[in-house]
Amino acid sequence: MSAVIPIRKEIGKGCTDVIPLVERGQREVFCGLTGIIWLHRKIQDAFFLVVGSRTCAHLIQSAAGVMIFAEPRFGTAIIDERDLAGLADANEELDKVVHQLLARRPEIKLLFLVGSCPSEVIKLDLSRAATRLSAQHSPSVRVLNYSGSGIETTFTQGEDACLAAMVPEMPSSPVNAPQELVIVGTLADVVEDQFVRILNQMGIDRVRFFPPRRAQDHVPMGPNTQLLLAQPFLAETARLMQARGASLLVAPFPLGIEGTTAWLQSAATAFGVTPEKFQSAVYAPTARAEASLARAKLHLDGKRIFFFPDSQLEIPLARFLSRELGMKLLEVGTPYLHRQHMAVELAMLPEGTFLSEGQDVEKQLDRCRALHPDMVVCGLGLANPLEVEGMTTKWAIELVFTPIQGYDQAGDLAELFTRPLLRRMRLAA
Amino acid sequence: MQLTLWTYEGPPHVGAMRVATAMEDVHYVLHAPQGDTYADLLFTMIERLQKRPPVTYTTFQARDLGRDTAELFKTASREAFERFSPKAMLVGSSCTAELIQDDPGGLCKALNLPIPVVALDLPSYQRKENWGASETFYQLVRNLALPKDEVAKSESRKPRCNILGPTALGFRHRDDVAEIRQLLTHIGIDINVVAPLTATPGDIAQLADADFNVVLYPEIANLSAQWLQRNFKQPFTKTIPIGHSATCDFVGEVAQLAGLDPVAALQSATSRAAWYTRSVDSTYLTNKRVFVFGDATHAVAAARVAAQEMGFTVVGIGTYSREFAREVREAAALYGVEALISDDYLEIEARIAELNPELVLGTQMERHIAKRLGVPCAVISAPVHVQDFPARYSPQMGFEGANVLFDSWVHPLMMGLEEHLIGMFRGDAEFHENAAPSHLGGSVHAQSQQDSANAAPLMQTGQTTAATSQTIAASAWDAGAEKELKKIPFFVRGKARRNTERYALERGVTLITTETLYESKAYFSQS
Repeated sequence: MSAVIPIRKEIGKGCTDVIPLVERGQREVFCGLTGIIWLHRKIQDAFFLVVGSRTCAHLIQSAAGVMIFAEPRFGTAIIDERDLAGLADANEELDKVVHQLLARRPEIKLLFLVGSCPSEVIKLDLSRAATRLSAQHSPSVRVLNYSGSGIETTFTQGEDACLAAMVPEMPSSPVNAPQELVIVGTLADVVEDQFVRILNQMGIDRVRFFPPRRAQDHVPMGPNTQLLLAQPFLAETARLMQARGASLLVAPFPLGIEGTTAWLQSAATAFGVTPEKFQSAVYAPTARAEASLARAKLHLDGKRIFFFPDSQLEIPLARFLSRELGMKLLEVGTPYLHRQHMAVELAMLPEGTFLSEGQDVEKQLDRCRALHPDMVVCGLGLANPLEVEGMTTKWAIELVFTPIQGYDQAGDLAELFTRPLLRRMRLAA
Repeated sequence: MQLTLWTYEGPPHVGAMRVATAMEDVHYVLHAPQGDTYADLLFTMIERLQKRPPVTYTTFQARDLGRDTAELFKTASREAFERFSPKAMLVGSSCTAELIQDDPGGLCKALNLPIPVVALDLPSYQRKENWGASETFYQLVRNLALPKDEVAKSESRKPRCNILGPTALGFRHRDDVAEIRQLLTHIGIDINVVAPLTATPGDIAQLADADFNVVLYPEIANLSAQWLQRNFKQPFTKTIPIGHSATCDFVGEVAQLAGLDPVAALQSATSRAAWYTRSVDSTYLTNKRVFVFGDATHAVAAARVAAQEMGFTVVGIGTYSREFAREVREAAALYGVEALISDDYLEIEARIAELNPELVLGTQMERHIAKRLGVPCAVISAPVHVQDFPARYSPQMGFEGANVLFDSWVHPLMMGLEEHLIGMFRGDAEFHENAAPSHLGGSVHAQSQQDSANAAPLMQTGQTTAATSQTIAASAWDAGAEKELKKIPFFVRGKARRNTERYALERGVTLITTETLYESKAYFSQS
C-alpha cells in the first residue's frame, strides 16, 4: 500500500456535466442564522445581535440544543408591534438595544447586526444602522451587518454572509508584500493548528486563517494573497476577496486523505514547494489516516448512502465516502449547486451519480423510502422518524459541529458514519 | 424591540404546532420562510416523537416574494391534503408570512377542500407560544364541537368528563393524563374525550357528551373550557392536582361536579410522599429556602407543595406567563413575597443570586442558572429539554405525581445526616465544608469556590464587595471572620454572610470580626 494516494490520473469528467434534479417544494433546512452557533465560539470578542422575531431567538436556542453559556455572545432584538408601526421608531429602538447591550458587555469589540426574514421583509436597513452605530461606538466597537434570513440564506450560507461582511474591513497588504496563504472558513482550532504545522514543514510560513480567532486580528488582503477555501459554502466571501486582488486556489475540500492531499498540494504548487518537501510533510499523517480509514472501510464498503440537502458539505462528503470508503451513492442532495467552487469535487464523483438540488422534502422522502438505503444523512427533524421506519441515519448537523477536516480527522469523520451502523447491529444482536 | 438572550416561550405558531402534533388526523399548513422548519426538531429530538409533526411549511424564499406567494400557499395546502388525507386542517402564518399578508384562511377556503379548515390568526409580534396553543385549541373547539343535541350519547350511566389541556412538548403531559385518567376512572367517572393530546377531529366534535371538564393546564385549556361552559353548560375544574393535598382537593371538586360522595372517593387516596414528608428523616427539610419559577400553573402549585407538604420556606415565586400574572401575585401574597413577572432570563438570574435560595424549583432555564450559582435545582415546568422526557413513568399530577415531586425535589439536596457530619467534622477529607452532596459525586461546590476566590482580595483591601451581597455591602470582614465563615457549610454560607452583614450594618459595625459572626448567628436563630 502506498503511503500517499495521488489524485487518480484516471479522473475523467466524473459528474462535471451532471444535470441535477432541481426541486422546489418544502425545504427542510435551517436558515443562515444557525451559523451563529459556531461563529460566536470562533470569533471570541464578537457578538451577534439578530434583529428579528421571537421565532429567530427560538430557532438559535433550539438548534444550539443546550443553554450552557449563561450570557452567550449572541442575542436577539425582538421586533414587536410598535416597531412595525413606524420604521423611524424601529431604528431608534435598535440603537437603544445596542447601547444597552454594549453597556453590559464592554468586552465586545465587534458587533454583528444580523438581518432576519422579518427585518428583510419590513426593509429595516441594517447596513445604515451599522454605519450609524459604528460611528457612535468607534473606536472601541466596530459594527457590521449581514443577513442570515431564511428567505436569502440556507444554513451554512450564513457563515458566508458573515465572513463577506468582514472582508471590506480587512486592511490592504503593503505593496510587494510576500505571498501569504489565507485559509478561509471556520475550522476547529485543533484543525487549524495541524494545518499550520504541515504547511510550515513544507516551508510555507505565512499562513493566516479567516475568520480570525479575535476580531482585532486583521488579515491583510491583496495581490499577494492566495486563498484556499476550507469550506464549500463561501461563494460571496471568495468573490469579495478576489475583487481585492486575492487569487483563489483550485482544489477540492480537505475531507479525507485524498481531499486533504489535493487541497494542500494546490497550496504547495502555488508556493513552489518541491515534491520531496511535500511528501515528507504529509507522509506521517497520511499513513496514520490510512490506517484508521482501513478499519472504517470494513464496515462501510459497499453500503448504500442517501444524502438529504443540509450543509453544502454533501458533495465533498459523498466524494470521500465513495472514493475512500467504497460507499455507493444513491442520491446526493445539496441545497444549491455552485459549479465553480464544486468543479474539482464534481469531477471526482463517480459518473452517473444522482444529484438533486433544492428540495421537495415529501417527494425526496418517497425516493428515500423506495431505495431503502443502508444509511441516510439528514437533518434533525427527519432523523428519528426515519430510524423508526427502520433506516440508519446520521445527523447532518454533527458534520458541521465536529472537527472533520484534515488527515488526523479523517478517521473521526469515517467513524461518524460507522457508529450508527455498528450501534444498530449491536442493539439488534 | 426587546433584547433577548434566551426565551422561555417560542412564537405562537409553535403553540399551534404543539396542538396539531398532539392530535391525530389533523394537518397544519404553515405559511413560513425557509428555516422555520427548525420547529420540527423540538418534537423529533427533544420529545423524541416517532413521527414528524403533521406540518407542511411553504418555505418561501426571497425570489418567491416578487412572484406569487399566495399561489405557493395554495399549492402546498392542496398537496398536503392529497398526501396526508387529514380529517381537519389548520392554516396560518408564521411571523414573516404575517407581514406579507397572504390570508391563508381565505386562500384555503377557495380550494373548497371537503374537510373542515380552521384558520388561525396568531399575532406573532404580540403573543407567544402558550397563547398560540390556547388560541389554536379554542378555534378547533369552536369550529368542530357539535351542539349537545347533535352528538352521539354514550350509554353509560356514570358521570362523564373531558380532560382538557395536554399537548405535545408539554412538561410530563402524557404521564399526567395517564395518572388523572386512572384516578377519575377509579372514583367512578367515565372519560369522554382527552384533548388535544390523542384526540381526533371526530373526538372534538363529541366534546358535548360530558357533564363537566377537567382542566389540567389552564394556560392552554381555560379559554376553551370557558367557551364550553357558556355554550354547553359544562362546568370545569379549577384545582390543579399537583401535590398530595391539592390532589385530595381535586378529588373533592370532581366528586362534587360528578355528584359523587367525596369522602368515599378519597378513601383510597394514598401517596407515599405524604408519609415520607412526615417521617423523621425529613425533618432537615424544614424551612429550606426555595425559589419557584415556571409557567403560572406549575409555579403556584409547586409553591403550595413546597410550603405545605415539604415544610420549605418560599422566598420567591415568579412566572414568565404574563397572562396569568394575577394568579401568581395572589400566591406570592400567601408567602409574603413579591412575585417576579418576567421573561427576562437575566432578571431572574439576578433575583435568584440575590435571594440565595437553598433549592430552586424552575424550568430548564433556572436549571442552568442554578448550576452556575451552585444551587440545587429541580425542574417543575416547561420550557423543557430532552432530559425532561424521562423513559420511566413520571407524572407531576395525582398521588403518584406527589411521590415523583418528593423524590425529584429531595434528590438534589444534601441528606440530613450528611449535613450534620459536615457541621461536625469541618476540614474532613470527605465531609468538608465545600463538599457537594455525596450521592451526586461529592466534588467541590461551584459557589463555594467562587466564594473563596472572592475572599482573598477582600482581606487585602479591607473592602467588602462579595458577589452574593451586592445589596448590603457596607462592613468589612477581618481575616479571622472570613476564615470562620469558610468553616460554615456552603449551603448556608451565603445566608450566614448576608445575615452577618445585615446585622453589622444595622448596628453600625464597620469591621466584622469572629465575634460579630456569632452574635449575628445568635440574633437570627432567636427570631
